Amino acid sequence: MSSVATKRPVDVAGTPRVATDWKSAAMRARIRSRYRSEGVFKFLGLAALGLSMAFLVFLLFDIGSKGLSGFRTTQIELTVTLDPVALNLTADKLRGPNAEAAVQAVDWQTLATTSISDTLGVDADGAVSQGAWNAIRDAVVDDPSLIGTRAKIWVPASSNFDLLAKGKLDRTGPAEDRAVDDTVLAHYDHAQARGLLRTGLNTLFLTGADSTTPELAGVWGAAKGSFLTLLITIGLSFPIGVLSAIYLEEYAPKNRLTDIIEVSINNLAAVPSIIFGLLGLAVFLSMFGMPRSAPLVGGLTLALMTFPVIVIAGRVAIKAVPPSIRDAALGVGASPVQVVFHHVLPLALPGILTGTIIGMARALGETAPLLMIGMRAFISDVPSGFENPATVLPVQVFLWSDDVARGFVEKTSAAIIVLLVFLLAMNGLAIYLRNRFERRW
Amino acid sequence: MNTVLSSVSGAAMQSAEPQQLKMQAKGVDVFYGSKQAIKDVSIDIGQENVTAFIGPSGCGKSTFLRCLNRMNDTVETARITGDITLDGEDIYAPDMDVVQLRARVGMVFQKPNPFPKSIYENVAYGPRIHGLARSKADMDGIVEGSLRRAGLWEEVKDRLQDSGTALSGGQQQRLCIARAIAVDPEVILMDEPCSALDPIATAKIEELIDDLRGRYAIVIVTHNMQQAARVSQKTAFFHLGTLVEYGDTSDIFTNPREPRTKDYITGRYG
Repeated sequence: MSSVATKRPVDVAGTPRVATDWKSAAMRARIRSRYRSEGVFKFLGLAALGLSMAFLVFLLFDIGSKGLSGFRTTQIELTVTLDPVALNLTADKLRGPNAEAAVQAVDWQTLATTSISDTLGVDADGAVSQGAWNAIRDAVVDDPSLIGTRAKIWVPASSNFDLLAKGKLDRTGPAEDRAVDDTVLAHYDHAQARGLLRTGLNTLFLTGADSTTPELAGVWGAAKGSFLTLLITIGLSFPIGVLSAIYLEEYAPKNRLTDIIEVSINNLAAVPSIIFGLLGLAVFLSMFGMPRSAPLVGGLTLALMTFPVIVIAGRVAIKAVPPSIRDAALGVGASPVQVVFHHVLPLALPGILTGTIIGMARALGETAPLLMIGMRAFISDVPSGFENPATVLPVQVFLWSDDVARGFVEKTSAAIIVLLVFLLAMNGLAIYLRNRFERRW
Repeated sequence: MNTVLSSVSGAAMQSAEPQQLKMQAKGVDVFYGSKQAIKDVSIDIGQENVTAFIGPSGCGKSTFLRCLNRMNDTVETARITGDITLDGEDIYAPDMDVVQLRARVGMVFQKPNPFPKSIYENVAYGPRIHGLARSKADMDGIVEGSLRRAGLWEEVKDRLQDSGTALSGGQQQRLCIARAIAVDPEVILMDEPCSALDPIATAKIEELIDDLRGRYAIVIVTHNMQQAARVSQKTAFFHLGTLVEYGDTSDIFTNPREPRTKDYITGRYG
């Protein structure tokens, strides 16, 4: 037995320790396996990143390819005979004091029907949108001098014509499998050949509210509903959340009661959103009798949901402010309120804003609680205030995606694009604010 | 003769004449929860002096220092009994305003902790919240005066709008001293102000402390016995939460009464 054999790897009870052989085969194998595991990790990380990027690109591409055409629409030029006697309407009447009553007395729908058969033929009802009379009326009100002439007025085409113009309807195959029959196709080709069709920016979509017919449906009502709702949400949840966070972090005594409050707030953040909807239904609608479907109630309900997120993010951000800054401020004789508002809050604000962005983004995309308080109703007017009935973008997406009419497919995707743009704009604003506050220091 | 003894400065030797009492502690006990951190400490702090608190780590000297401007109030479990007075006023009396007390008894911390604001704002903050400046010119004067007294003016006068955190460690600590001076306190507490600094920056701070002596009563906690010997006229030796010995710095370092003091300053423990 050699003396080397009695040596142990570890210095036990005075026996000398064998010198480590850093070049041994075992050591080299260890190094190799270390590099290997690093390589595997890098690959997995890149794969995960690539996969998520692929999902994102797929999502954006899919929505873009389906939805971008929703921002364009097809119009038909109708020749409208505006006979002052038949209409009982003159340019002078339109400029006079009772213009509104005079306009309402006219049977625009019949005028539209007559114009359609005059321009396109007897059985061409399916070519023009049901809302064509609106366009004719608006054109006449805008320009009274048209009365007494055979005016050429652009009116919205029907959804089928719109889709044909965009190449979104299949024209081949047997007639019974197609969405459009041969008559419609013939009319379409005829109108096309006469140059009566044009495709342009869909202003109805960008300025109007929901409609039962896809070519007249607009997203602005829902967008404004979302905007009003979020205004209420942020107006309530941000100050309440931040003040709660400050109080809990800086003032509240550490006792059982604050522990219970803390646990409750953390749990509140994890409550499924539909339950907040039920709460809003029970409290705001039933108990306080607030109006149904209103952005006011939607905003209150979403504020309940967003507030715990802001409290949690706010507390983390406030906790992250180094205690030395508090000491420094207290040391020159700042009162606790001055310490908070002059030093802690400005330093914590970027973190608080990050939490607020997350909370608001969630609120913007929330559908379930708003269904409970009636914001899924069919609303054909753009809301003009917090108490008007309204819907919001995600609910609008949900409603349109459910609709059987072909034309709503592109409207759904277009509404998703509007929702995403809304979201990006909101986040962009918050990031800009955050950077501005950070730069001040 | 060891190095500690030979470094006792001339200034420390001449503090024999009686002088006005600034702060006084009588029978102070401090508890953190059930643990007693300070046991029955009584000490007088003179107006004209630099008073040094020395002692091994965990002996309670910083804890006691933080009682003098009630910074311990921010520690929820801390409980303080006994009397501490400032100019004869009980600072723990219910009618004592703790915010004003901290303006009168300023503090410089172990780690330089300038606000993440401009150099100017750092100094101007205290005077502003206490309404000490009537105009912008007043404020400019206070800022310049405080920075000059802290020996920082020449180095920063051209970049007052730069961030205070961009300065070097030693400059940051002098900025913190300027910030404390700016509110015109009566007492300045320094909690190991040089422990995070290099020897050159330390020398500058020590010089500064010597310059400030007389105008403010200064209490300094230090781990560095040479520093205590160099800058202070009175020294208090703390051990295990008690005040072992308190007297003229020259006496403590040359002729300690207590064997524990002697063991500590000769480096037997600590």
